[in-house]
Amino acid sequence: MKVLVPVKRVVDYNVKVRVKSDGMGVDIANVKMSMNPFDEIAVEEAVRLKEKGVVTEVIAVSCGVAQCQETLRTAMAIGADRGILVETDVDLQPLAIAKLLKALVDKEQPGLVILGKQAIDGDNNQTGQMLAALADLPQATFASKVEVAGDKVSVSREVDGGLETLSLSTPAIITTDLRLNEPRYVTLPNIMKAKKKQLDTFKPEDLGVDVAPRLKTLKVAEPAKRGAGVKVADVAALVDKLKNEAKVI
Amino acid sequence: MTSLVIAEHDNASIKTATLNTVTAAAACGGDVHVLVAGEGAGAAAAAAAQIAGVAKVIHADGASLKDGLAENVAAQVLSIAGNYSHILFPSTAAGKNVAPRVAAKLDVAQISDITKVDAPDTFERPIYAGNAIATVQSADAVKVITVRTTGFDAAAATGGSAAVETVAAVADSGKSAFVGREVTKSDRPELTAAKIIVSGGRALGSAEKFTEVMTPLADKLGAAIGASRAAVDAGYAPNDLQVGQTGKIVAPQLYIAAGISGAIQHLAGMKDSKVIVAINKDPEAPIFSVADYGLEADLFTAVPELVKAL
Repeated sequence: MKVLVPVKRVVDYNVKVRVKSDGMGVDIANVKMSMNPFDEIAVEEAVRLKEKGVVTEVIAVSCGVAQCQETLRTAMAIGADRGILVETDVDLQPLAIAKLLKALVDKEQPGLVILGKQAIDGDNNQTGQMLAALADLPQATFASKVEVAGDKVSVSREVDGGLETLSLSTPAIITTDLRLNEPRYVTLPNIMKAKKKQLDTFKPEDLGVDVAPRLKTLKVAEPAKRGAGVKVADVAALVDKLKNEAKVI
Repeated sequence: MTSLVIAEHDNASIKTATLNTVTAAAACGGDVHVLVAGEGAGAAAAAAAQIAGVAKVIHADGASLKDGLAENVAAQVLSIAGNYSHILFPSTAAGKNVAPRVAAKLDVAQISDITKVDAPDTFERPIYAGNAIATVQSADAVKVITVRTTGFDAAAATGGSAAVETVAAVADSGKSAFVGREVTKSDRPELTAAKIIVSGGRALGSAEKFTEVMTPLADKLGAAIGASRAAVDAGYAPNDLQVGQTGKIVAPQLYIAAGISGAIQHLAGMKDSKVIVAINKDPEAPIFSVADYGLEADLFTAVPELVKAL
């Protein structure tokens, strides 16, 4: 069975982003970009399934600007067999990405699609679920454990009160949570090998998908700043402040 | 213009996240209806009818809805979606699971985790781990929304008298099945609804120390216990206690962070708390930049002292 793993190029998780002074977005020029951390976990899981012998091919997909190729090469260095780039300069929103992925699912017929649960830039947490709806496939979101057995896949999910386990018939859509695995480091020889792997490029038109944004961003602002705090000398002073100044206990 | 709120419930009662979502729905203008989908959820539907500001409760009862499988719940919502201009889910694990499925089937964009309603088509939502607030406008006929519950006050749980209308439950999709559930047992207040939260980080060092140090403080304050990702990954605390960008988003009256450095991803989950207290022995820890009261001390001495002083 094939596995499709969508990966997103995002601002590195350690970067503290700044809002542009014109209030029209976040300044991402000259900022370090990386693979979305949840997507790394998704690639790792797909590669582990391949190493276990239940998966035959891992295909990494990215949608966006030409530089997303770098993200795909990273996925291939982790162990993906080939990459697909859907290249566009349009600001892609989750619904558009889900439609592009649906077109690729129809084309490649994977047994599983493993996505990250959310991208750390838009914080939407939508694409996997939307893809499942469009492709009319079952979904297991926020996965912390995945086991494939025949044409069923058993997934433990992180939910508000603890964990729950679902059994899905394949093909199915899975989104990863942090606890699913620890992604491996890519090694230099694997980075070199990844450069030789196949990478196909499509345009959204090739897939017959309209990617025009549906939501209009009117403005982007800094969040309200917190007032400066004080340091207290000892526990007694802290308790006094909490009781008499903040009046919260 | 009518809004539909998808209730979060445990069949017997309505969870508070639903009450915050009702407030957000009311802010969109028009009547508010609530969908209670479950099995044997008559009591929850009756409770939903009591919520102030709710005009009608739609109760769908059937085995297909028992475990809240996304495929079935989304189909249930879609079966009545035609009547509504806004469909709102609380931004909980369950809400986030189902809402995008509904939006995609309606071919509309979903608006995640709103913190404010500016107009019936304009909403504010945090992006980049809460480091920027985007104001977005939707031109879609139906607005499918998830609501950050800490962004809205809870509607009064009593005072309403809505009619309860029963609808047939959808058939099971047959594509997914519920196998089991492991619930973390806790007699403490629920993390997302607690007035006081005491949260521990990596500095606690072990699961035993985590329990030994944090529990007495939580007991004394009647507080919920939270944890940083480092503490959860190290196995000191179960992962449903994680506060942060990818865990729970909380905004209690008082948040006490003990042994937490204050990474961007953690701050994203708690920086809207009213009063933040940081106890950390590293004076350079970023947590001090958001703390109202900072105590530079070893938590293993400071926390027990604090318990004694309270």
